[in-house]
Amino acid sequence: MAVIEAIELRRTYRTSTGVLRRKPLEVEAVRGISFAVEKGELFGLLGPNGAGKTTTIKMLITLLLPTSGQARVLGRDVVENAREVRKRIGYVFGGDRGLYERLSARDNLRYFAELYGVSGKAQRTRIDEVLELVGLKGREQERVEGYSRGMRQRLHIARGILHDPEVVFLDEPTIGVDPVGARELRSTIADLIAAGKTVLLTTHYMFEADTLCDRIAVIAKGRIVGEGTPEALKAGVAEGRVTEIDAFGVDESTVARLRAIEGVTAVTVEEHEQKQLLVVQTAGDRELTAPLLAELDGFEVGRVSSREPTLEDAYIALVTAE
Amino acid sequence: MTALRVLAGGFRMNMKMLGTSAWFLLMAVIQPVIFATIAYYMFRSGGRSGTLLYASLGAGMMGVWSSTLFGSGGMIQWQRWQGTLELGAAAPPSMGLVYLPFSLANSFTGMYALAATLLWGRLLFGVPLHFAHPWLFALSLPATVAALGLMGLVLASTFILYRHANALSNLLEYPVWIASGLIFSTSLLPGWTRPISWALPPYWGVLAIRHAALGGDVWGPLAMVALLGLACLVIGFAMFRVFEHFARARATLSLT
Repeated sequence: MAVIEAIELRRTYRTSTGVLRRKPLEVEAVRGISFAVEKGELFGLLGPNGAGKTTTIKMLITLLLPTSGQARVLGRDVVENAREVRKRIGYVFGGDRGLYERLSARDNLRYFAELYGVSGKAQRTRIDEVLELVGLKGREQERVEGYSRGMRQRLHIARGILHDPEVVFLDEPTIGVDPVGARELRSTIADLIAAGKTVLLTTHYMFEADTLCDRIAVIAKGRIVGEGTPEALKAGVAEGRVTEIDAFGVDESTVARLRAIEGVTAVTVEEHEQKQLLVVQTAGDRELTAPLLAELDGFEVGRVSSREPTLEDAYIALVTAE
Repeated sequence: MTALRVLAGGFRMNMKMLGTSAWFLLMAVIQPVIFATIAYYMFRSGGRSGTLLYASLGAGMMGVWSSTLFGSGGMIQWQRWQGTLELGAAAPPSMGLVYLPFSLANSFTGMYALAATLLWGRLLFGVPLHFAHPWLFALSLPATVAALGLMGLVLASTFILYRHANALSNLLEYPVWIASGLIFSTSLLPGWTRPISWALPPYWGVLAIRHAALGGDVWGPLAMVALLGLACLVIGFAMFRVFEHFARARATLSLT
């Protein structure tokens, strides 16, 4: 039996616009997604901002009611058995918020230990254990308001696993953390899997997903557009080629013409100060350098190179195909 | 047992946080002094025996109510801003139980306002601190403060669903002072307001406290404090349950 199951899960937000004549507005954040995560697996939900990752995780941890569809965690329905689900899961949101700033890390953990029914005796050892695990031992008496972003993130993780949950949900846990801090956090996440936890991780960092996840679902505009192991996803675009072109002043209409070239599957433009990097993905083993450069006639073009596709290319191909 | 641990843990934590807030401490020191000074000048001209103590107890209770009202209402807002409201909502205990100790801690910090008012009155205006029934006074005071905390829980529940419910709490400060007879006797108010006063725990609470201090029936008002406090507890928990469900449906627990 899968530890986490989402079946045709949907979530629509209702809001309104206007001041005097308010017009109702519906935003479909999640549009019928289904996936299953097995015990001990690290499953990644990968997608751009606004793709529906956080909404999905909030439905699974019982903070949002689905508009339709069903979700179960450890065999328990997240709507009907919310309390039972809450006892058995831990979750971590990325970002600065979600901690009692004026309290020390130890006081924060002590309070959440009470909320999750960790006995007084168990608290004494468990709090020290999780502080050690996330590398905050020695700093636990300091007020959280003086913590760096990385330290806050580690405290979030400590809070999330304090009651030793079977399943841990991590929503962009390394967002805004410096590279060294992010690496330490990834190591902590890997330790969770080594300890036998089932983890659902949302991220928009390819490297993170590639390094950590057993399987990945790519989510775009509320739908899953690809699912599999990182290797399988890469293999999906492995038959293609990626051509990178340095250019200057290429406009949107030209990019649209590049996309229209037969055999081109995706084109993205990365702005680097005055220079642009055009990343063109092509299907199969077709050599399209000549038609691409023909479309760029009239623009200043620099280095042109070709390389093997990465997970990022697979992700971009999936997301832009939507 | 778990519920008691959640209550004790939440109470301890909130007291700690309030103790580290310079702004809160400043307000806690200044506000009761202002209330007390106004009340003494109003009542000193009356010249009846016990009037100054009557006024100082009322002024002190005004401080307790203000602390409860803004503390309980503000705590949900503040938790939402801080991103901890979702953590409380997603915890295994019911949301009412998670936030009850916060509300109680807010009203109990208001007890300081009462103590400061009495002390200020004693030192500056020579108000005699002779209590007719000291033990009943010692019982009435925490009972009233606890009932106010439970009333605060009902108010706090509205903030779960409505992000701008502070407009409601801003409106409620003076009417409750007046309808509860904290400043002057409710016998001076129109007859139709009487049922409103009877439905308010602070009305019975200040009656019990004043009777304990100045003489009169304490047990009757105290029983009403307990009854209305219990009603607030039941209503507060029910409202938290309903509003939490709506909040999960409407996504109002977070700012984003």
